[in-house]
Amino acid sequence: MTTQTEPARPAPVPDEVSAPYFEGARDGKLMLMRCLACGAWRFPARDRCDRCWSTETEWAQASGEGTLFSFVLMHQVYHPAFAREVPYNVAVVELAEGIRLTTNIVDCPNEAIHIGMPVQAVFEPVSDTVALPKFRPARG
Amino acid sequence: MTTLKGKAAITGLGITPMGKIFGHDAMYFAGEAIRLAVEDAGLTKADIDGLLINNGVGTAGALSLGLAPYLGFDALRVLNHMNAAGSTAAQMVMYASMCIELGMASNVVCVFADAPLQTPGPSAAAYARPTPPRGMASLAPAYGLYSVNAQYALAAQRHMALYGTTNDHLGEIAVSTRMWAERNPRAQMRSPITLEDYHNSRWIMEPFHLLDCCLVSNGAVAVIVSSASRARDLRQPPAYVLGIGQGHHATTNRGGWEPETHTAATIAKDTAFRMAGVELADIDVLELYDCYTYTVLVTLEDYGFCAKGEGGPFVSDGKLRPGGALPTNTGGGELSGYYMWGMTPLSEGIIQARGQGGDRQVEKHDLVMVTGNGGILNYHGCMILSPNAS
Repeated sequence: MTTQTEPARPAPVPDEVSAPYFEGARDGKLMLMRCLACGAWRFPARDRCDRCWSTETEWAQASGEGTLFSFVLMHQVYHPAFAREVPYNVAVVELAEGIRLTTNIVDCPNEAIHIGMPVQAVFEPVSDTVALPKFRPARG
Repeated sequence: MTTLKGKAAITGLGITPMGKIFGHDAMYFAGEAIRLAVEDAGLTKADIDGLLINNGVGTAGALSLGLAPYLGFDALRVLNHMNAAGSTAAQMVMYASMCIELGMASNVVCVFADAPLQTPGPSAAAYARPTPPRGMASLAPAYGLYSVNAQYALAAQRHMALYGTTNDHLGEIAVSTRMWAERNPRAQMRSPITLEDYHNSRWIMEPFHLLDCCLVSNGAVAVIVSSASRARDLRQPPAYVLGIGQGHHATTNRGGWEPETHTAATIAKDTAFRMAGVELADIDVLELYDCYTYTVLVTLEDYGFCAKGEGGPFVSDGKLRPGGALPTNTGGGELSGYYMWGMTPLSEGIIQARGQGGDRQVEKHDLVMVTGNGGILNYHGCMILSPNAS
């Protein structure tokens, strides 16, 4: 006899350059790379500033506030872990710091999602070591 | 100032059967397309002294420099494996034209081949990536973001919110493109569709229906670029390259910069139209890269056929259809014809410039504009072809 188990969602796999991002999320902080030479925030994490080319970088905490840049509702199942979720949203949020990142909108029915809506970061644990930043509607 | 205007021409075109053609890999298709192109031009293998290669997304027989020994090209003057995603066709023709004009090659073959469909089954599986990503790249699957389709759907949704573009607008592009495909024996999808069929086609991801998305094709297209003087003596009516340009916008993930809704077509257009010395109003036929309906709409805007944001209302009067004021994607494009990256619009552009379009031939075809697009609306190529050398 076999038991059917829910397939697990693909968990993020931190690597050297991205580890502070995932550690920050686990601690409830949205951490972003910021260039020490020109001050530009950047995403995704990478070793060089695309604006001034400096490799001098710090990780700094972002406000977690942003607005919805765009979103889609995924209707097809590309991974079995999402089979019971369709249609689910995938969104791009533009942070107050001027940086865009891909995420999911939570605590909001799909019908109520609209571009330009103010959102706030929340952190969803994936494992003991990793959490995912997601965004809910900002409370006025 | 020196110019490439009218210095080179497309002299040969080879198109293999397209679509769910099983049992062959990309290398085979490339060889077949090149054989057909050389025959089409009235050239021989010995006349070919340049080979530019562009591989698709499939891994079966993926094209490499090994195409040269596979076809026994043992003394080439020009050889390269080029890749600027869906804009590569223009890059190849540009490089070939420059080599020819500068006397470094005579007849350069440019080929694209792909064989992503290796077993009968869903087309989506053909582009699935087997290796799970790490680091920042592992965020997308964790959020359930899969498929390039979703990236383009995000761009389209943004356009809809900013400018009021609707699925009716996108649907008109699906319908007009299918009307052209009905007239093209090479097209994979030739059954008529209505706007209602478009709306009834399943959601892939909102705002994209199935009929917003391009096909998946096995096959290959090869073109031969030669000098204008040589072209006049060959078998086919030359398709002269009057203008050619590229433009590329990096995605920065920074506010105020939206390649998703404002593409680098503007840069490519500037170079190509300045070279050709023509105006937008002079263009007779459009062959626009149409990986999605939205790509056509945003490209029309960025070239200035209409103002930014007005692409939806612009297409909704049916002007892209057969008999319309702006015949567009006359072979059925990538939505209904075949998906060969930039070779889809280029191949149909050559056919139209030659006047060999049969039931779908546009009567006035003095200037044919061909575009390529790659990445997530990052990379753009533009070619202006003509049956006239100036």
